Amino acid sequence: MQELIQQSFTWQNGLVFFGWGVVFLFVVLGFVTYAIYFERKVIGWMQLRHGPTRVGPLGLLQTVADILKLLLKEDTIPKKADRALFILAPVLVYVPSFAVLATIPYTQSLGFADLNVGLLYYAALSSISTIGVVLGGWASNNKYSLLGGMRSAAQMISYEIPLVMSVVGVIMLNGSLSLRTIVGGQGNNFWEWNFLPQIIGFVIFMIAAVSELNRTPFDLPEAESELVAGYHVEYSGFRFAFFMLAEYVYVFAISALTTVLFLGGWHPPLAVLDFIPGLLWFVLKFSFCVFFLFWLRATMPRIRVDQLMSFGWKVLLPLAILNIFLTAAYIEIFNK
Amino acid sequence: MIRTEELLLNVGPQHPSTHGVFRIVVKLDGEVITEATPVMGYLHRGTEKLAESLNYTQIIPYTDRMDYVSAMTNNYVLVHAVEKMMNIEVPERAEFLRLIVMELQRVASHLVWWGTYLLDIGAMSPFLYAFRDREIIIDLFNEISGARLTYNYMRVGGVKWDAPSGWIDKVRDFIPYMRKRMDEYDRLVSGNEIFLARIKGVGQYDADTAIAYGLSGANLRCTGVDWDLRKTEPYSLYDRFEFDVPLGQKGDCYDRYLIRLQEIHESLRILEQAVAQFPSGGDTMGKVPRVIRPPAGEVYARIESPRGEIGCYIISKGKAEPYRLKFRRPSFVNLQILPKLLVGETMTNLITILGGVDIVVGEVDC
Repeated sequence: MQELIQQSFTWQNGLVFFGWGVVFLFVVLGFVTYAIYFERKVIGWMQLRHGPTRVGPLGLLQTVADILKLLLKEDTIPKKADRALFILAPVLVYVPSFAVLATIPYTQSLGFADLNVGLLYYAALSSISTIGVVLGGWASNNKYSLLGGMRSAAQMISYEIPLVMSVVGVIMLNGSLSLRTIVGGQGNNFWEWNFLPQIIGFVIFMIAAVSELNRTPFDLPEAESELVAGYHVEYSGFRFAFFMLAEYVYVFAISALTTVLFLGGWHPPLAVLDFIPGLLWFVLKFSFCVFFLFWLRATMPRIRVDQLMSFGWKVLLPLAILNIFLTAAYIEIFNK
Repeated sequence: MIRTEELLLNVGPQHPSTHGVFRIVVKLDGEVITEATPVMGYLHRGTEKLAESLNYTQIIPYTDRMDYVSAMTNNYVLVHAVEKMMNIEVPERAEFLRLIVMELQRVASHLVWWGTYLLDIGAMSPFLYAFRDREIIIDLFNEISGARLTYNYMRVGGVKWDAPSGWIDKVRDFIPYMRKRMDEYDRLVSGNEIFLARIKGVGQYDADTAIAYGLSGANLRCTGVDWDLRKTEPYSLYDRFEFDVPLGQKGDCYDRYLIRLQEIHESLRILEQAVAQFPSGGDTMGKVPRVIRPPAGEVYARIESPRGEIGCYIISKGKAEPYRLKFRRPSFVNLQILPKLLVGETMTNLITILGGVDIVVGEVDC
């Protein structure tokens, strides 16, 4: 893949690129389909229910049926909505969510673009989605969605800064913004991974990441018990599906990013287990992160919007800055 | 200069957190409420007017449908008022059965509140745990009355059905089970930092305000006022049992939450004693005339329902139907403080406070 990018652009290369993109899109869509199934099963079991069991064996085709249903639904646009923005919003939410996946290295060889500013690219693109959410909330011309959209904007400012600050420590340790280099800097034993020296950063990152995903306990823009469904109240059919899709693609992205930044990427937890392929380790750690997000949803109540903001500004941000300071002191003292 | 204006937001009658068809119109400044106007009446069925053309036994099913989460206590307040009017002696076994079902009902009702309150706050799982345990109580009620929600169980002078064999043992087994579950719930929810941050200090009022607004139940006791009709005006057999009345101090949603959980424990204590003292024999119906015709006059009977003081006021002209019948519904009365509490709160706190009041819309609108 890497050589392919460096080659000069020809029609043939472009076609190969396009092919890989489509393949990857299907991988991600497959993940989303079964992440939704997995979430419903996991939460179902935690809540003494069965989850989906009816469609297909063990309910495995439930999400497929749901997507088909969404495709067949009437696509309504409210009369008083801002038509152009209403149509644009789901696209703005979805496209960045898929685009951020380009920089994530899955194994030594498997991965798309190895940008030398990979992490910055991720942070920059993922915040574009918030604009889509705000736009969707505004364009629907519905008071509940407006409130949801505004909450989303307020939330984005409060968590995005701690999120970026929390990974600065990792960048300092590895001296690079490239995600591949960051994984390379971690070793074949779990104590050589970044989450131990960067434990403060790791915790801040996890909290801010859940907030970025708009998932419980930070699902304020949706808040079904207060704002009914928040910003996507007026959306139906496949436009609604795009919002949902983006949410689960971000679950994919954040879990992958956590694995890459803090959990050693494709490295095994112990050097003796090196014979197992790196992709498997990546998938295992990645699945654990996904499970963790679903687990939170079954456990936590929702935080209040003003509490989230004061938590972001007064707790997470100072802690993140402290983490940067400590990392700098560590590097200076041990002259790494 | 940017021109800003207040946003008029209609919450309900179709809203997931208004617990039915309750509606409240709020004026928002940003997310802060400047004015709140509750609109009631979407579930009004004219129970009191209907009752004027029904005889007393026929009214009982209507009381089931008032507070459908706590039908047993509603049954009781009506039959209790009529018995008071006619001086009817209720056999001990019947009174025991009434007390046991009422306390089970209190546990079930508080469980529903607990589950839905956490659902309002955003936690999904406790709702399902609460309903699992409520289901056991519902099954017990199903066995004794043949219905799961609207029991129509009590009659003037006693109860309709005796307990089937083994029923009392099942109640006895339920008590330790429920205690164990309560500990689990405490561990899962009561210590959760996010949950505490959401409800501590929210919806606060003092004892004088509470009394001025006529609040009762946990909404009154959270301010520290020791007022539980089971203690202060013992009816049924409550004077025979030992139990405490949990009280709060601050008068916020957190105190209301703790009081309701503690009340489940106290109800279990009462049940434990009642099951131990349950008479082995005896009638379930007292001596009641074939047609119930209370003497001309008035009566007001009140009891402690899970939501507070539920009262029944009857004017009789000596006929088989009441001349006028009025229910004092705690949900309706407790709700009156809402517009005052909501001013200056956010949308999120609206849900927290409304849920903390513990309303059942069937009872608000009656």
